Amino acid sequence: MNLWIPSLWTSATLVPLPVLLCLTGAGLALVFQRHPRAQRAIAMTTLILMVLVAALLLVLSDRGAIVAVIGNWAAPVGIALVADRLSALMLLISSIVLVCVLWYAMAQGIGDGSNIGRSEAERQDLLPVAIYHPTFLILAAGVANAFLAGDLFNLYVGFEVLLAASYVLLTIGGTRDRIRAGSIYVVVALVSSLVFLAAVSMIYAATGTLNLAHLALRLPDIDPSVRLGLQLMLLLAFGIKAAIFPLSAWLPDSYPTAPAPVTAVFAGLLTKVGVYSIIRTQTLLFPSPDVGSVWVDRLLLVLALFTMVVGILGAVAQDDIKRLLSFTLVSHIGYMVFAISLADGQGAENLGATAAAIFYVIHHITVQTALFLVVGLVERRGGSTSLDRLGGLAKLAPGIAVLFFLPAMNLAGIPPLSGFLGKVGIITAGAQVGHPLAWVLVVGSVVTSLLTLYALVKAWNKAFWQDAPDDVLVEKAGDKAPRGMYAAATALVTVSLALTVFAGPVHNYAGRAATGLIDGRSYVEAVFPGGTENADDTGVRDQEVADDDGFDEEVHQGAGVKGTGAQGADHG
Amino acid sequence: MPQGLSAFMQDATIVSSMVPSAVLVLAVGVFVAAGVYLILERSLTRVLLGFVLIGNGVNIMLLLAGGQAGVAPIIGTDNGESMSDPLAQAMMLTSIVITLAMVAFLSAMAYRSWQLYGHDEVQDDIEDARVARHAHRGEAAYTDLDAMDLAWTLDDEAAEVHDDYDIDDGAAAEASPVVAVASPAAPPAARFGASRQGGQQ
Repeated sequence: MNLWIPSLWTSATLVPLPVLLCLTGAGLALVFQRHPRAQRAIAMTTLILMVLVAALLLVLSDRGAIVAVIGNWAAPVGIALVADRLSALMLLISSIVLVCVLWYAMAQGIGDGSNIGRSEAERQDLLPVAIYHPTFLILAAGVANAFLAGDLFNLYVGFEVLLAASYVLLTIGGTRDRIRAGSIYVVVALVSSLVFLAAVSMIYAATGTLNLAHLALRLPDIDPSVRLGLQLMLLLAFGIKAAIFPLSAWLPDSYPTAPAPVTAVFAGLLTKVGVYSIIRTQTLLFPSPDVGSVWVDRLLLVLALFTMVVGILGAVAQDDIKRLLSFTLVSHIGYMVFAISLADGQGAENLGATAAAIFYVIHHITVQTALFLVVGLVERRGGSTSLDRLGGLAKLAPGIAVLFFLPAMNLAGIPPLSGFLGKVGIITAGAQVGHPLAWVLVVGSVVTSLLTLYALVKAWNKAFWQDAPDDVLVEKAGDKAPRGMYAAATALVTVSLALTVFAGPVHNYAGRAATGLIDGRSYVEAVFPGGTENADDTGVRDQEVADDDGFDEEVHQGAGVKGTGAQGADHG
Repeated sequence: MPQGLSAFMQDATIVSSMVPSAVLVLAVGVFVAAGVYLILERSLTRVLLGFVLIGNGVNIMLLLAGGQAGVAPIIGTDNGESMSDPLAQAMMLTSIVITLAMVAFLSAMAYRSWQLYGHDEVQDDIEDARVARHAHRGEAAYTDLDAMDLAWTLDDEAAEVHDDYDIDDGAAAEASPVVAVASPAAPPAARFGASRQGGQQ
């Protein structure tokens, strides 16, 4: 039995840790419900550990995807958790963002702008802080599970976990506005979950498996029209979650009513989980360049154009910064969809497009979250987020002004910031593909970038640069925000600037992640180290499989598991 | 039957028919259709009922995905040939539990909505309606002091800033275009004076 102990601690042990840590942390935080300090310590420790684990995974998965099969049953019987480069990168950036947001929320004490004028006791009374930390950790667990899932049903469960947590966070306190906005959000999210579940059951009926690697092997064999239907069902489900036009109307209505840290984490992470799922399923499950797939790509291109343009026109019309930012969020999802729709194929331009999509997702997570955190500071200081009731903040709070200006310019894509680099990557990929529709999209994305600049500069002028309207006395509004809020927002802005400085290494990593995605075989081989032809076989495995990029991938799956009685999981 | 699928079925370890029960297929259709009708309603309670119906429909779909019913999938009860698919049942159970939790949350939200508003209707986006009204009237989305026609030129303002413009001289003030400024735009002196004062408080 001693032989088991070293085999327990391999790189595969790390893979389920982000999910386990967060769930354990959530449980502990619930136990210490009446001890806010202990609760904060637990939440912060958990998320910092998650950052460390994610960083380790990032380094280790660069040598090849790490697979952990739960219960040590080999895939496809056991539920596989896969950390390849894309998963690890998404996990690391999400956990960093989660730490910053948690820090901000702790400093803020979950009282937000809508409670200005109330005493501290009233705020405590109004918002049940005790449930904030456990729910936040469950959200983190759901996000981590979705990124690591190597199984379509596990992806669904990850989505449900993060959505259930998001329902609670969005309606936290149960005030009038939040119930009104929350009911729209909840109903839309429930419908998307049902669509996803229906897609899962159809895929299972058609292929007899839900393991992503197994599906990648089996989906090419089924009837193309059935496959097209399955692809569209999945895109519909993920499209609602990622807020792709015309499925995006729910987002600008529901996000702005939540407290700033909640909106920030939603804007940064939840839509990106949808985008991640689209990248994963489009590249791994539906890579074949058949007729149906080409039409899906065209459809995605058109939808990307509308997402960008309609979203940003909505942003231009808004007079509230939170809503303005929600619309820019929708609009910039369009860039990612544009890049994803170019990613289908095996050429160098497809590789470039995939890398650009990944880089843009990473950039957008940090920038959008940072902007929402800074708007929380604006709300504190200026007492409002309405542009008609703000002004002169550049003089009053130069720190906030700088913190707003940098990510705003980054989002608009001003050189040399990471937003510029991301957009250049996507536009270059579009130009390389050279399809007429791709050129339309290139023009569309440049116009969207300019309109983003216009909307954000207008917000900057109204809130920071211009004098306040005479009837608004800024000084009477909120007091100075706690230092921790500034520090957390500064940290996240610094992270987004670091993405500019270290754009080279990050982009190279994204490129290697894209190589793995475009190829697909490395993912399948990592999950089925014994070879794909006997994928249904289970047995003892501890071997190295040569990666196609020349890297050796290490797959440790423990030892001594027999596959008796396991055949039930894999049949039609 | 798609070619790939039939080829796959030949390799399948369990020889249960893929042809599902027509009654269950019909039930899925009825559940989902009724659910969609209900979910399109305004009242959260009806949306809740619609969600329950669609949820049940989709759960039955998961069961159907497992193929025809057979004996309980326990080792030893059978040689594996007429077992029903345990995975589909496991997934169905998971999704039933998730649906239950969501129903609980949705009913709590409907109740809270009733507490706050006296009804449980899903309301339109208020902000959106307000912005749309602005657009309909042809107004600017928000007041923009910079973009207003203030009837005084940059030269006047520059003179004002450099203090070589005698504002106390009544005749000069009357002659200057500042007087012609219509409300709400105040003369530059008043505007800047007020805000400067405000900034020092």
